Amino acid sequence: MEARGVVKLYGKREALKGVDLSAGRGELVAVIGPNGAGKTTLLSILAGTVKADGGTVSPPDGGVGWVPQQAALYRRLTVEENLLLFARLEGRPEPRGAVEEMLKLTGLGARRGEVVARLSGGNQQRVNIAIGLLAEPAVLLLDEPSVGLDPRQRARLWEFVAGLAGGGTTVVFSTHDIQEAERFGRRLLVLADGESLFDGAAAELREAVRAEAPEAAGSDFETAFVAFLQHRGH
Amino acid sequence: MRWLLLKDLQILRRSPLQALLLIAYPILLALLIGFAISRAPEKPRVAFLNEIPPGARVAAGDGKLPSVGVNERICGRVACVEVDSRAEAEEKVRRGDTLAALILPADLIDRLNSLGTLNPETPEVDVIVNQQDPVKARLVDDRITVLLAEANGLIARQIAAEGGRYLNLVVNGGKFDVLGQKVEILGLRATATILRALRPAVPAGMRAELDRVIRFATLARDNLDVATPLIDRLAQPIAVDKKSIDGSAPPLETFAIAVAATLTLTFVVLLLVAGSLALEREENTVARLTGGIVSRSALLVEKLGLGVVVGLGVTLLMLAGVQLFAALEWSRLGLWIVAILAAAAALAAAGAALGAAARDVRSVSLLAFMVALPIALLSLVPSGAVGTTPFDAIRVITALFPFKPALQAITAALDSSGRGIGTPLLHLAILAVAYGALARLALRRLQSA
Repeated sequence: MEARGVVKLYGKREALKGVDLSAGRGELVAVIGPNGAGKTTLLSILAGTVKADGGTVSPPDGGVGWVPQQAALYRRLTVEENLLLFARLEGRPEPRGAVEEMLKLTGLGARRGEVVARLSGGNQQRVNIAIGLLAEPAVLLLDEPSVGLDPRQRARLWEFVAGLAGGGTTVVFSTHDIQEAERFGRRLLVLADGESLFDGAAAELREAVRAEAPEAAGSDFETAFVAFLQHRGH
Repeated sequence: MRWLLLKDLQILRRSPLQALLLIAYPILLALLIGFAISRAPEKPRVAFLNEIPPGARVAAGDGKLPSVGVNERICGRVACVEVDSRAEAEEKVRRGDTLAALILPADLIDRLNSLGTLNPETPEVDVIVNQQDPVKARLVDDRITVLLAEANGLIARQIAAEGGRYLNLVVNGGKFDVLGQKVEILGLRATATILRALRPAVPAGMRAELDRVIRFATLARDNLDVATPLIDRLAQPIAVDKKSIDGSAPPLETFAIAVAATLTLTFVVLLLVAGSLALEREENTVARLTGGIVSRSALLVEKLGLGVVVGLGVTLLMLAGVQLFAALEWSRLGLWIVAILAAAAALAAAGAALGAAARDVRSVSLLAFMVALPIALLSLVPSGAVGTTPFDAIRVITALFPFKPALQAITAALDSSGRGIGTPLLHLAILAVAYGALARLALRRLQSA
């Protein structure tokens, strides 16, 4: 997946100012930045749910799976009914087979008949991701997938996502948790006020932080990252 | 798209309260309407005291008018509760047993008879009402005013008829009762004939005077002939000639059923479609669905389909319920379905526009009620009930919402002798397209926000 010079305007405000992003097969890319940086806007444009005002987006051949931050599913339907509905809407030739596959993948087989509204936030997020995977996309876009999850649920979520990437699915996720990005992202794209500040591996970001904000070099990575953003005028 | 429709029906079924309301509401409404139209309006209960002495009659000249059966006439229009005294009548009204009391005083006939004398007295009837309830008071006032107008008209007609009989005697002659004796009246017609026959025998010098008498008798006869119908007209000087200039109104019963069906359809379709679309927004599924799975237009069409399918079913269920109380022309079922489908499509489009604009189900439900209820009420305001300018404003407002054309279409479909269905169907089609476009625009803005 590749995006070049993506621009998005909301009225006079520039939400994205010519952002580039590329992700190869099986790559895990973290889009990080403070609130209002443009992370969700960038992912929505990559997913095709929001139209860019400038730049180009080249979608991958295998399609894109979109998992919004707020679980986008029907809470009055069961886990199985949700999966079956989206499998049918995605035009899967064997929708019931696809549902079984997703239930196995998410580990929710035992709770298939449970109404989604009664599931925990973590399990709802798993169903949310499973729906995004039903189209068997080459790229999976996750918008702040770990928000609202407890540490145990978070660990299970990242284990699940790492498994997907290991299977060849490209995963691009957004987060404002720098430690989460550093831990799970193979590549990090730093956004602030719609501007792309950094694109590279976590170790390279540490180097850049050390170079630009030496006064914060002895601090933890999050403090150093905040100092880095301040040095860049954000 | 059918999977989305099935999903919405599944969600509906999963919400027992909503499903129950959708079924119970039309059935309840059908029962209420059916019960109301299957019972004749009850006569108001009125305490009635007739103090007029038996045998008292209204006099006309030297004679008396025949009995008019006062008790029967009054008690034919209201439910009479006979009482024995004024105190009892007053007590009945005070306790609310009767809406009013009507008392015919003992001197009523005497006073009526005094109108033809040099010392006339105004005949009066006594009415006791309880003004605590203004609606009841108005109803009683109206009924009693009508009763009095009828009584006055009846007496006037009888007096006119009696007067006409006397005039006829004067003109054409005949026999007349005076104090039990039969008196022969010659009459103007015979007088003129006799005088003409005598004329040749009268000396020439007196013929001119005789001719004047003959001319008078002839003129008086001719003019009094004209006076008889004039006296008749005095009893009822104004007659009603009713002409309808805007088609024939449907029977009240049919109109009531059409109003009930349209109200059912409006609230069910509007709330369902608006709520269903708002639910998609509440569940964050709009972006996911329209991000590549279905188009915005397909999502809208699915919601319209949901409204039309459920609206048709619920309205037909309601009509079937009404059938238990009132005869409906099931041979016109095809037209009913056409009218309901067109109305449901326009209402569903309006619901979609509301649903796409609102943030959540609760606020859209409130919004739908706040929009639909006043417009439905305004649509029922008849011309002439308010001033020209407010009525023009009401016409414009109600034309912008599908309730009124839906009511017109359903009324036309139910009533075989009513107006054509074409114009309201065209109106509904235009509104469906306009609201559909608005809803699509709102969805687009929602997605790009």
